[in-house]
Amino acid sequence: MSESETQTPDRKELITEVPSALVSIRNLSLWYGAKQALDKIDFEIPRKKITAFIGPSGCGKSTLLRCLNRLNDLVDGVRMEGDILMEGSSVNDPEIDVNMLRKRVGMVFQKSNPFPKSIYENVAYGLRIHGVTSRRELDEIVERSLKQAALWDEVKDRLDDSALGMSGGQQQRLCIARALAVDPEVILLDEPCSALDPIATGHIEELMQSLKDEYTMVIVTHNMQQASRVSDYTAFLYLGELVEYKETEKLFLTPASRRTEDYITGRFG
Amino acid sequence: MFTWLCGGALAVCVLLVLVLMGILAVNGFGYFWQKPVDLVVLDDGTALMGEIHDREEIDEGDGPTGRFRIRMKLGNRDLTGSDFRWIDQDRIVDQSRPADALVLERMEWGNFYGSPVELRRDGELLVAGVMDIRSTLPSLHRKKLALLADIHELETGAIGDVNYEIEERTRALRKLQLGGGDPTRSDASQAEIDARNRAYRQLAEQLSVFREELLRETLVMEAADGTRQEVPIGSIVRAIEPNSLDTGEAVSLYFSRIREFLLDDPREANTEGGIFPAIFGTVMMVFIMVFAVTPLGVLAAVYMREYAKQGWVIRAIRIAVNNLAGVPSIVFGVFGLGFFVYLVGGSIDRLFYAENLPAPTFGTGGILWGSLTLALLTVPVVIVATEEGLAAVPRSTREGSLALGATKFETTWKVVVPASAPGILTGIILAMARAAGEVAPLMIVGMVKLAPSLPLDHHFPFVHLERKFMHLGFHIYDVGFQSPNVEATKPLVFATALLLVVIVSLMNLVATWVRNRLRSKYASSAV
Repeated sequence: MSESETQTPDRKELITEVPSALVSIRNLSLWYGAKQALDKIDFEIPRKKITAFIGPSGCGKSTLLRCLNRLNDLVDGVRMEGDILMEGSSVNDPEIDVNMLRKRVGMVFQKSNPFPKSIYENVAYGLRIHGVTSRRELDEIVERSLKQAALWDEVKDRLDDSALGMSGGQQQRLCIARALAVDPEVILLDEPCSALDPIATGHIEELMQSLKDEYTMVIVTHNMQQASRVSDYTAFLYLGELVEYKETEKLFLTPASRRTEDYITGRFG
Repeated sequence: MFTWLCGGALAVCVLLVLVLMGILAVNGFGYFWQKPVDLVVLDDGTALMGEIHDREEIDEGDGPTGRFRIRMKLGNRDLTGSDFRWIDQDRIVDQSRPADALVLERMEWGNFYGSPVELRRDGELLVAGVMDIRSTLPSLHRKKLALLADIHELETGAIGDVNYEIEERTRALRKLQLGGGDPTRSDASQAEIDARNRAYRQLAEQLSVFREELLRETLVMEAADGTRQEVPIGSIVRAIEPNSLDTGEAVSLYFSRIREFLLDDPREANTEGGIFPAIFGTVMMVFIMVFAVTPLGVLAAVYMREYAKQGWVIRAIRIAVNNLAGVPSIVFGVFGLGFFVYLVGGSIDRLFYAENLPAPTFGTGGILWGSLTLALLTVPVVIVATEEGLAAVPRSTREGSLALGATKFETTWKVVVPASAPGILTGIILAMARAAGEVAPLMIVGMVKLAPSLPLDHHFPFVHLERKFMHLGFHIYDVGFQSPNVEATKPLVFATALLLVVIVSLMNLVATWVRNRLRSKYASSAV
């Protein structure tokens, strides 16, 4: 690393400024017990764009993602420094209602995790916990969310069937519909396609493109092709550090850092 | 080789279960089948009439002798004193099956075997001769059975209601007097009680008229030895001519007996009649137990798995809970007696039923205390199964709910617990199976050999949790080993045991069916 340090370009070349930031990550460090997982991460996520986090396993990209909706709160022995601002206010502010934050920041997980309930109830779940009781309103939003997730035509006749009877790709789209139903601003996707076949992956990617105009999306992926296909901005993390962050095209075509170049050309990782 | 050993072990287990069920079924179902009635004459001229039940080789201590003896059910307990007798086959000089042999199943004194002589009304001859009796008896008997039903209705209906009201009002009056209430009100309620006492006397008079009517006609029977006995028609449960039954009659008799067994009250110190109160008591006790144990066990398990910090304290509690399942059940019975009956029940009595003291209301064994004692006994099973069910819900499912903005409480109760419902139901099934078969602890917290009334009836508040109850397990013990007539009741023991097994299996099947439905609907946890 000493070699690369000597050649390190300055910050301006590595970390780009974004036009309209929704989330600002400020000098964020995070430890699991004694082990440091994130080291002074500092960049901004643009509004209504798709941002990808790439990097080798264990580089902290999922951890960073889970900081955005404070899902790391559930892990014992987590310590954090720095801050994350969403529209100017800190997500870690003790005043803030974490449940309202999570309503604003939806999440789709690596492995699809539909609830053991019917398809309808899966989508309606978030609405119910946020106090929607009118059947008409529920019906409406469930239908709209399933349509947004390009799932409506496949499931409209079996809304009362168990969600666990669906295919993997369908389940993942259901999870997206479930997240969309509570009308979030940001959608976090944690390797959403890693368990899916290429066709189902294609569906999800198309879906992301169609949602791009309305939602800010952040995707963690192992798959560099996927990052280059779907995202507008890409952050490359390595060993808990943010190495490089800029428009996807630039990062893949003209990486400023040697480590980024090595990773995207497949020399390690 | 090892495979064979394992397979063999399984085969032995299956075989034992099959043998168990087979023995219960053969002996139990056989009890209801009418055997033919034999007339046997011995070498000394004694004539005996009855059903032949067993035949075995006589063994005088030095090996088989080649001679056989038979066991006959002779009935006529009021004449001879015992139901059964062993007879050496060598001594039998004549054996026949008289067509006019008549078996009377009686309300009291068991069966009577003999031939009919004449029918009497008010001591006067009504009809004589087998043919005429045969044509008159059935309609007369049906009338008496209808009258008997009326009497039963009167006793449990109107008279029961009046008694209940008198009891309630007396209690209220005593409460009033204890509290030093105003005398006009206590006078008024005394007047109410008097009115009801008058009503009771009227009903009682009507009842005695009914009873007289019931005993007006009698059937004179002649036993095999020539002794005559007058049997009131109203005391006959069934009159059967076993040697001239055709198949249809035999089958319908068989099912009518099974029906009686399942739906009627016991008679003759539980040795005859049905066992309905015991079935009812068992099932109701298990239901109350399920209502008590499910919330308790599920809440405890949810706390241990979802909320508590997983440290040594929780580990110790978990071990303690598991050990609790191994505590002998009688210990729970003693605890139930000391805690529920004396402490809790005694306090309830002092606070709310002071007017009844010193007669206890809740301060004595009852179905509520029995159920709660068994709930305590089975709560470890529910806790363990629920915990396993909760543990099988993947972390990602919880995170999925939390990520939608659900609180921990919402996540736990709307996603995690429903997802582990099959596991919880497994626990409840095991608890029910255990509770339904448990006898020892119940003997000291409210189970009795004969309960005067069911714990559920039409008197407000309908469920009487303080009442004592009957239980199949105890019934088996009582009938089989405590009755004055152990030989006669042996088949009843098998039938009752079979029924207990069937009821436990039925309850398990229903619960398993519910669980499988849940599982196939929302399959998630593997438990």
